[in-house]
Amino acid sequence: MISVQGLNKSFKVARRSSGLRQATKALFHRDYQTVHALSDISFSIQPGEIVGYIGPNGAGKSTTIKVMSGILVPDSGSCEIMGYTPWKDRARYVKNIGVVFGQRSQLWWDVPVIDSFELLRDIYKVSPSEYKANLSLLVETLQLSDLLHTPVRQLSLGQRMRCEIAASLLHSPTLLFLDEPTIGLDAVSKLAVRQFIKTYNNERNLTVILTTHDMNDIEALAERLILIGKGHILFDGRLKALREKFGAHKTLTIDYKESASNIDIIGTTILSQTGQRAVLGVDTKQINVSEVIGKLSEQLELSDVSVEAQPIEELIVQLYQEYEL
Amino acid sequence: MILFGKYMSILFKAQMQYRTSFFLLSLGQFFVPFSVFAGLYFLFARFGQVEGWSFYEVGLCFAVIHMAFAISECLARGFDSFSSLVASGEFDRLLVRPRNTILQVLGSKFEFTRIGRLAQSVAVMIWVLIHLPIEWDAIKVVTLILMVISGVFIFTGIFMLAATLCFWTIQAIEVANIFTDGGREMAQYPLSIYKKWVTRFFTFVIPFGCTNYLPLLFLLGKTTGPDFIYMLIPLVGVFFILPCLLIWQFGVKHYRSTGS
Repeated sequence: MISVQGLNKSFKVARRSSGLRQATKALFHRDYQTVHALSDISFSIQPGEIVGYIGPNGAGKSTTIKVMSGILVPDSGSCEIMGYTPWKDRARYVKNIGVVFGQRSQLWWDVPVIDSFELLRDIYKVSPSEYKANLSLLVETLQLSDLLHTPVRQLSLGQRMRCEIAASLLHSPTLLFLDEPTIGLDAVSKLAVRQFIKTYNNERNLTVILTTHDMNDIEALAERLILIGKGHILFDGRLKALREKFGAHKTLTIDYKESASNIDIIGTTILSQTGQRAVLGVDTKQINVSEVIGKLSEQLELSDVSVEAQPIEELIVQLYQEYEL
Repeated sequence: MILFGKYMSILFKAQMQYRTSFFLLSLGQFFVPFSVFAGLYFLFARFGQVEGWSFYEVGLCFAVIHMAFAISECLARGFDSFSSLVASGEFDRLLVRPRNTILQVLGSKFEFTRIGRLAQSVAVMIWVLIHLPIEWDAIKVVTLILMVISGVFIFTGIFMLAATLCFWTIQAIEVANIFTDGGREMAQYPLSIYKKWVTRFFTFVIPFGCTNYLPLLFLLGKTTGPDFIYMLIPLVGVFFILPCLLIWQFGVKHYRSTGS
């Protein structure tokens, strides 16, 4: 469905120094610096996949999204989505995609939501029957019926985001770009948004490309992850594979009867310890979790044990460090 | 075209959310050109005529240009305030919609309060037409309408050129006001009262002369020659929009390759 081959894009950025004097100088003469936003980006995505596209700020995420949505023309490389090259057949191509920019609204601020929906229907030339069917499905699944006649400016952030997502799906696109869809939302709204994306993806076989800084989004939605840093793809694969490759750490929390003996097992580190509870980090490359528990039970009288995988945030931070991003 | 109307209706609804502000601003827009017109009136009250032009003749010139300006500021406000669209990144949003960018930028904003300015220039036009001894026939009526239309196209073209520059500068360029506000101020008088180069500039570079001065001569019976040529002259002004459209397309292309 999507095939991206060797995308390159660089920008000229004016170098600015601080200080009034430098600013005055910059009026007449500017030093330009070339920034490689994308270097040799290649990947392909199958229909119905949900792909998490992540990376630190300035890594090239939004540049990629802009190229894929037909806004930007790359310096070199090819990109074929549903048989179109986005930047060549812009008008025909964009009918098939939906784009949600989390921080920018696509709704008209001062009018009721339904008015925005109707204008979008006309912009995308959606037939009345299709519009009706899509609208009723979206209103039902996103619980919008109370919001439709409220002006957008009076909606809360969570309510607005639900409307934004509905707005981007009215013309039944087959590909949806979600750029930080949960930014600034409360926990309940986040869950609702995630739940909806999951369901809609299942029912309509909608392909979703999701950029986010919230790793819980990724964990809840994306089976596949593309990690980008400084314009290069650093990792492309399943979340599980990422864990296996980089996250060989488990956290083991044990409760035990008061004991004076020291815990000292090769391959583990003590993260914290109080009289009756200890948290251990286990490097599973060196030792199995079950072996650790076995050894612990020889030394101590255990009352409770819990094992947790390393949170994905930590994993990503570790990755960033590893690649010096 | 239907979509243009729909854009207008949604923005009109939005405007009506702020009714008091709308009425006050419209009232203000009525009085701004009114003071200019009062200046014109007192000028002629003192000097009688300028370079052979009487007060009512100049008044007609004034009314046509201000009418065109008001209409284009209302309809093409999207281009006039385009810098905010680029700076906020909203222009990206327009690019992911399957319609051409010109229609979408036009549809991004309407300045309905210009109705005040329009009302004022309509009032002036009616007043001066009552006093001018013009023998009306179909050709003259068409010419008068074409004059206004031509003016709308020229102002829109200038707005568009200024907007295109925003692709490079991001910020709005005040320089463009020389041609919009400045052009309006110049063209509200018959061009023959100015120096040669000014007249030429506003005839051949920015063709306000085709909107205003040349057809005006015809309306007032100051010309010799076939009528239909004078009727068609305002259409030349309309063609001013074509190079502007091309330059706009070039600007969009630049934007899409630099992303700035």
